[in-house]
Amino acid sequence: WAVTRGMEKGYFARREFSFTLRDDIYVRYQSFERPQDLEKELQKACPYKVDIGAVYSHRPSQHNTLRSGAFQAQEKELVFDVDMTDYDDVRGCCSSAEICSKCWTLMTIAIRILDRALVEDLGVQHRLWVYSGRRGVHCWVCDDTVRKWSSSLRSSIVDYLSLVKGGADTVKKVHLSDPVHPFISKSLRLVEEYFEQYALLGQDILGCRESWDKVLALVPEHILLPGSSCLSLRLGEGLAAVGACSSSSSKKLPSYTEQEIMLQFCFPRLDGNVSKGLNHLLKSPFSVHPKTGRISVPIDIQRLEQFDPFAVPTISSLCRELDEANDEDKDKENEEDPESRRRVRDYKRTSLAPYVRVFECFVEDMERARRGELLRRSDLQGDF
Amino acid sequence: MVLKIVENLGVKYLKGTDEYKSKLEHELRKLKFPYKALAEDDYDARRKDHISHFILRLAYCQSEDLRRWFIQQEMDLFRYRFNELSDPLVQQFLEYVNLLYEPISKDVKKRLKDELFMSTPGLSAEKVEEQSFYKIPLQDAQDLIRVRRVLLNYGFALVPHQDMVVIILNNYRTKLSKALAVAAVIGKLHRTGRRDVCGGVPTWLRKHWSKAQAHGGDLSVLSLTARSLPAVQSDERLQPLLNHLSHSYIGPDYSAQKNTGKISLEQIDALSVKSYPICMRQLHKALRENHHLRHGGRMQYGLFLKGIGLTLEQALEFWRSEFIRGKIDADKFDKGYAYSIRHNYGKEGKRTDYTPFSCMKIILSNPPSQGDYHGCPFRHSDPELLKQKLQSYKISSTGISQILELVKGMHYQLACQKYFELTHDVDDIGFPLNHPNQYFVESQKLLSGGRELKKEMSHPGSSQLKPTSQESINSSSATTTSNNEADTELEGLDEYFAED
Repeated sequence: WAVTRGMEKGYFARREFSFTLRDDIYVRYQSFERPQDLEKELQKACPYKVDIGAVYSHRPSQHNTLRSGAFQAQEKELVFDVDMTDYDDVRGCCSSAEICSKCWTLMTIAIRILDRALVEDLGVQHRLWVYSGRRGVHCWVCDDTVRKWSSSLRSSIVDYLSLVKGGADTVKKVHLSDPVHPFISKSLRLVEEYFEQYALLGQDILGCRESWDKVLALVPEHILLPGSSCLSLRLGEGLAAVGACSSSSSKKLPSYTEQEIMLQFCFPRLDGNVSKGLNHLLKSPFSVHPKTGRISVPIDIQRLEQFDPFAVPTISSLCRELDEANDEDKDKENEEDPESRRRVRDYKRTSLAPYVRVFECFVEDMERARRGELLRRSDLQGDF
Repeated sequence: MVLKIVENLGVKYLKGTDEYKSKLEHELRKLKFPYKALAEDDYDARRKDHISHFILRLAYCQSEDLRRWFIQQEMDLFRYRFNELSDPLVQQFLEYVNLLYEPISKDVKKRLKDELFMSTPGLSAEKVEEQSFYKIPLQDAQDLIRVRRVLLNYGFALVPHQDMVVIILNNYRTKLSKALAVAAVIGKLHRTGRRDVCGGVPTWLRKHWSKAQAHGGDLSVLSLTARSLPAVQSDERLQPLLNHLSHSYIGPDYSAQKNTGKISLEQIDALSVKSYPICMRQLHKALRENHHLRHGGRMQYGLFLKGIGLTLEQALEFWRSEFIRGKIDADKFDKGYAYSIRHNYGKEGKRTDYTPFSCMKIILSNPPSQGDYHGCPFRHSDPELLKQKLQSYKISSTGISQILELVKGMHYQLACQKYFELTHDVDDIGFPLNHPNQYFVESQKLLSGGRELKKEMSHPGSSQLKPTSQESINSSSATTTSNNEADTELEGLDEYFAED
């Protein structure tokens, strides 16, 4: 990946990496002339975590030698971070860093909605979805044009993709009005595919008074009919009953209450700061999560429903699988290393293999596109 | 001047309403600037428009604040002019500025008909059928994307014709911002005497350049621009003008001698309540209470008094009598303070006849610190204190909230205009306020019944005060002969603006 990106001279050398070392020591502005140098340093320093940052105007390791203002971030992949913790107000099974198979559906929904928007609305071709290792997913968008997007454009895109607004003191976080933008209606259709199974059955949002009160809190007052007719909600028919309430409302206002509730429970919640900044650093795919030991593996979106975060290999399980004991615990393994073929074969023997395969496909696609682009350009220029 | 009017009107009337439009047209007509998209006729008006724009670019590029103000007004003016364009002219314009966006084909539009309708509020289904939709790359359509008021389709925003103004404004804003950044660097270049940029780039320039680069400038543009700005390269004439232009007040400078001697010292207390702008009222009150004013206050108030007609002898008596009641004895006054009063009147030192400060100058320069009473209360006073002061001046509470709103929006001169309206009990001040002495003169006129009030400005009472570029430059070069170098430079520029 890093090598295929090495189109221009020195591109790799101007990429920032950061390491988290023992005792939580964090070092930024690491840069390397060649991928081999990065690998050597990784083996030497054994960082717990490796983050990838932007490609700058100059080698990051020399940024102190430059006049202020001269060292600028020039390019970076567009990244997204969806964190389960941000959904705590709407999931009942877990909270904060915990996840379970019931609430993992939220990530599935998030990936489907965001990926559709990336491809169909924003015209993205090369994107990699990665399990963060604990409680969320990341997305790396690597198209050449997207890497050059300004910070303000990224910010506008984040706004475009955001529907759930408000913090702890906002009860109702989604408001829809006419006309409903196709982005919203298409996202809704995706949510509807999952909603009954996820929310009504899995999360049981109408199963007890405490839960359904939370739902009813999202229904505007003029729609709730007085009396108990609305409050006797039965499982499975629950939301339909709320829907009936809203459509039989005496006021002729077009009401999107049903949709607003569904979106508040399921629509993806992005961490905007991760996506907006050109110089933001994000955990590298295939790094080890310090708290769970799980590897941040790429997710095969063709088999999204089958992805199980609990089946992702941990570093210890990998080590067990490897016969060789030459790596210490929590050492980061660099699968991009082309030199040590033995290593690569080892990976293929472990349960990391399918994930590596996903990654390789992704890189191959990018390579192919790049070759095609080069050909096109040289045709235009008449080069041979 | 055009831009100041644009700003004024932008605050008074909701932008885009018919009232705004007709007022703007009226004002532009008065200044003989193009108010409609003109075809080839009226070349002169367009030329003047062009030139004044570029001169303002040079003048307003130096600080972030100035740049922001300039860009904001230019945007508003552009939006107004663009919306007046007919459709074929819009097409021509797009081609002219090289914003070659393609419209989507009929087939594509048909396929996306419903989605287009649902993504563009304000467009009926019929309009969707009629209007062209243009394929805009994402980075050019950020404003629309951010609020989800446009359809996105595989990396492009499909913008209807009627929203194109937003796209173009974005484009213009970016270009103008870059150009101003470049101009700022060139300005610095010339100020330090380094004119040759065609060769290597000196290291000191690199330092400033990274700032400009943050705005998207680049070195090749810099050298190109340097070569194509012959006006700037002929330096001395234009530089001082530019330095002063953005802070300059264009209008009568009130150092005119014609009204001297008409005020008597006994009247001053009463006048301070009736006809002083709030800044001078505050200074006068502080002087009476403390029997003293610090340097900033003495300058601002002293020159104001000169402007309203106090003679040197009167001024000396005025200040002396007040200071003596404080801690200063007569001798000390004569030795220390008298000199500087005489200096103000041009009787000492280099004998420059100083002009009273305009509002711009008071607002922008020399902010007051603890123990000072000068400056502009709307700008420099804490809103709570300002409120109390206005209450003590018996301004109505609705009036006070109106004033505070304007202050919040940083429209200090408009706040003062409101103050005028409230203290003189008129609906509309009738002129844009730029100078404390102007306030005084107008107030006196009003109180002595010399002018029509509530109705909107008609020429007779105001033509001498409504500063039109040519008149003002003529008058200022006439009255302030040796005031400062800028004025002599102004004469050279007369030809640009003089109408036949």
